[in-house]
Parts: sequence; C-alpha cells; structure tokens
Amino acid sequence: MRRIRVIPTLLLNADGGLVKTTKFAKRTYIGDPINAVKIYNEKEVNELLLLDIDATREGREPRYDLIEDIVSEAFMPIGYGGGITSVDQMARLFQLGMEKVVLSTAAQEIPGLVRSASERFGAQSVVVCLDAKRSWVRKCSVYTHCGMKNTGLSPVAAAQVAVEQGAGEIVVYSMERDGTYSGYDLELLRSVSAAVRVPVIACGGARNVDDFYPAIAQAGGSAVAAGSMFVFQGAQRGVLISYPSETELQERLFQKL
Amino acid sequence: MITIIDYDAGNLKSVQNMLRSIGVDSKIASTAGDLQNAAKLILPGVGHFDFGMKNLTERGMIDVLNEKVLEQKTPILGICLGAQLLTRGSDEGKLPGLGWVAADTCCFDVARLDDSLRVPHMGWADTQFKSASPLFDGFDETPRFYYVHSYHIVCDDDSVELCHATHGYRFVAGVVHGNIAGVQFHPEKSHSFGKKLLASFAQVF
Repeated sequence: MRRIRVIPTLLLNADGGLVKTTKFAKRTYIGDPINAVKIYNEKEVNELLLLDIDATREGREPRYDLIEDIVSEAFMPIGYGGGITSVDQMARLFQLGMEKVVLSTAAQEIPGLVRSASERFGAQSVVVCLDAKRSWVRKCSVYTHCGMKNTGLSPVAAAQVAVEQGAGEIVVYSMERDGTYSGYDLELLRSVSAAVRVPVIACGGARNVDDFYPAIAQAGGSAVAAGSMFVFQGAQRGVLISYPSETELQERLFQKL
Repeated sequence: MITIIDYDAGNLKSVQNMLRSIGVDSKIASTAGDLQNAAKLILPGVGHFDFGMKNLTERGMIDVLNEKVLEQKTPILGICLGAQLLTRGSDEGKLPGLGWVAADTCCFDVARLDDSLRVPHMGWADTQFKSASPLFDGFDETPRFYYVHSYHIVCDDDSVELCHATHGYRFVAGVVHGNIAGVQFHPEKSHSFGKKLLASFAQVF
C-alpha cells in the first residue's frame, strides 16, 4: 500500500497566533499554535508545515523561542517557512529540531540561497514554496511577500530553477483557492509535477479527503497539504482542529492508489 | 543512559526529545573522550555521506568507535545517514564507511521507479521486520515510519537485514549484526512507532 503524506498547514501571524487565510487575505483567528500542534501530535499526523506569514513583510527573523516550544513536543517532521534569509538562520532552525526549511520570497530574491542551503543541509531539507495566482487570462505567476509581489515567473519555470539549484521538494500553493474549499488547482499542479523529478506538494483549496486522490492520481502530486479542512468544521467554519483517521485515509486514499 | 554522537551532521535535538518523552536519559558526545564511557550509542545523521565520515574522522571518533563497538560490543543504533555509515561505502561519496556491516549504500534505482515515485523517497512507509529481532518487540501491527532518503542499503546477504519497506521496489530499511543496528527511517519523527523502537533499543537491545 502506497502512503501519501497528508500535511496540515499552520499559519502564524505577526503576534505568534495561529490564523487561517482566505485567498491569502481575510484572516480568521484559530488559536494558540502550541496547543494546535499538541493536538496534531496526538492524532499522529504525517507531517506539518508551519509558515510565519508576516515575518518577511515585517523584515523579522523566525520566532525561535516559539518554534523550539513547538518542536520539542512534536514527534513528526515539521517544515518551517517565514523570514528566513540566511544559511545560519537555517542551521539554528535545524538545531532546534526542525526537519525542513521552506523558502518562498528568499528563494526568488536571494541569489544562491537555495543552492548553499542544499549543499550544506542536503536537498531533502530544502523546500521551495511557490505561491501561484492566475491572471484574468488564466496565466499563472509566482508571487512573493505572502502574495503581495508578482515575480512574473511561471510556476513551471520557477520550479525548474529551484530544483536545479538543489531544492528537494516543491510546494505549489494556489492563492485563489486558499481557504475556498474549491479543490486543488489540478492543472497548475500537473504542469509543475510534470516539469520536475522531486516530490511536489499540492496546497490550497482542499475541502475534504476526497480532494486528495485527484491531486495524486491525476495531477502527479506526491503529497497533499491543507489548512481550512484541518482547522474548521461545518458551514459556519467553527474552529475545530481535526485530522482524518488512519482507517479513513486508507480507505479513501491509500488503497485507491 | 544513551550517548548520542554529535558529529555536526544530525538532528540531535529530535532524538533527545523523543528519548526524554519515553523516560530514557541521554547525553550528547561531541568529542572522542565523551564516547569513552558510553554504555549505548546512537549515531544520528542527516546529510552527505562523505561529510559524515569526514566529521567523524576530524573529531577523532573513529578509533574510539571501533574499539567500543567491535571490541567492547557496545550496542549502537544508526539512524538514516547514521545507518548508511555502518556500511562499507556509498554511491553518494568516495570515502569508505565504518564497514561494520557487510553491506553497501546505493542510490535509488530511478529506472525501476515509475514517474509517480520520486527521489528523495520522502514520507511514511509500512515497514516489515524480521520477527526475531528484539527491536521488533512491542509492535502488534506492522509499524510505519517516516523516511527521507535518496540512497538505501544493499546487504551482501539477508542475514543482516533487520527490516524492509517498499518505494517502487523492496529496499532494506534496517540492518542488524550482533550489537550493531541501523535504520534508514527516522524513529525520532515517527510518533508512537518510533517511541516503541527507541524504547526497545534502550531496554532490550
């Protein structure tokens, strides 16, 4: 049986609280990140993505104290992104017990950073996250600064450059599907996963477990990430940290692959 | 007390965190001298094979480790790169490994993987143990562990194979030879499954 990583994505805001965005804009407060990670740990989630979405805009480094508290109680791999601008910062994150670093703005704006990170820590520890949005003619571009700045690069080109520089994994995060429960952008995902030979993680738009299968089987993704479906429940979007059971994942995803 | 070998190529904190959570004391050994009195060793590891061997050599740890592991039969568990270093060498590098286990470390054979299976192999995999190993104690179902690797161990014969998993094809996920064991996966990142394995290593191996 093939297992696919199903990864909750947790977003930290400026004051260290957990939020969930819709289309990279409207934010809903979720709660205390340490408490959320504790619950995910009890539920034995496959992996976590922890993204500080305000660090780059504020020109701030990662919140090492908070990260240390989170990691010390988490017995699953965690990737951290947000505010990373140097290899020394990455070394500090790995020392704290972080498994991977996630680079978005820095991957596009700091020449050589992905390469030096990959050479020092290994490709498997370096994830490049591509925040992608479509224009009115449906042309896809990669954005940085938490969706504020258009690089003009296509996700395919950006992914190829990242892998060539040593990224071991690519996250494809659809900005317009973020928080909308409209399913993954399969066309975007397919184009990127066909263009590189490293694992590609789908992110943005998942409504429930049934959205995972097409991302893997039809669009060539290697793993799936989701935010809203793991922190909200019901039409009113009440905050409830959840994760599918092992049985549910087996029956509705793994055994179908 | 478990001594975790610090050679600047591993995620020591995660291993220590998990050992603490299961009530096992551990300490970090950063010099050859720190290794002298170790009763049980863990060799963690993330990164390039040659980087790992070079760091062990530069820290003067290899002679002490040979003495501890081969002469005094101190139990040792290698994790990920730490497991690969137990072999004679790797496709990844040019330096010889510790050579304690009759095996080599080879690159994933991409030709045998269909396009949906990528390298690095990154994720969870059901892992089949040989029931005879004490490291298997405590598992009443097939355990699953977290893997991150582009290389895997190939044994001369299956007598030293501890467990296996599948990524496109069956690969050796762990080796055992007397007091020497190594696992390709990351028990320290594998929830209750990792806790059980580390507890077995601490208590019965």
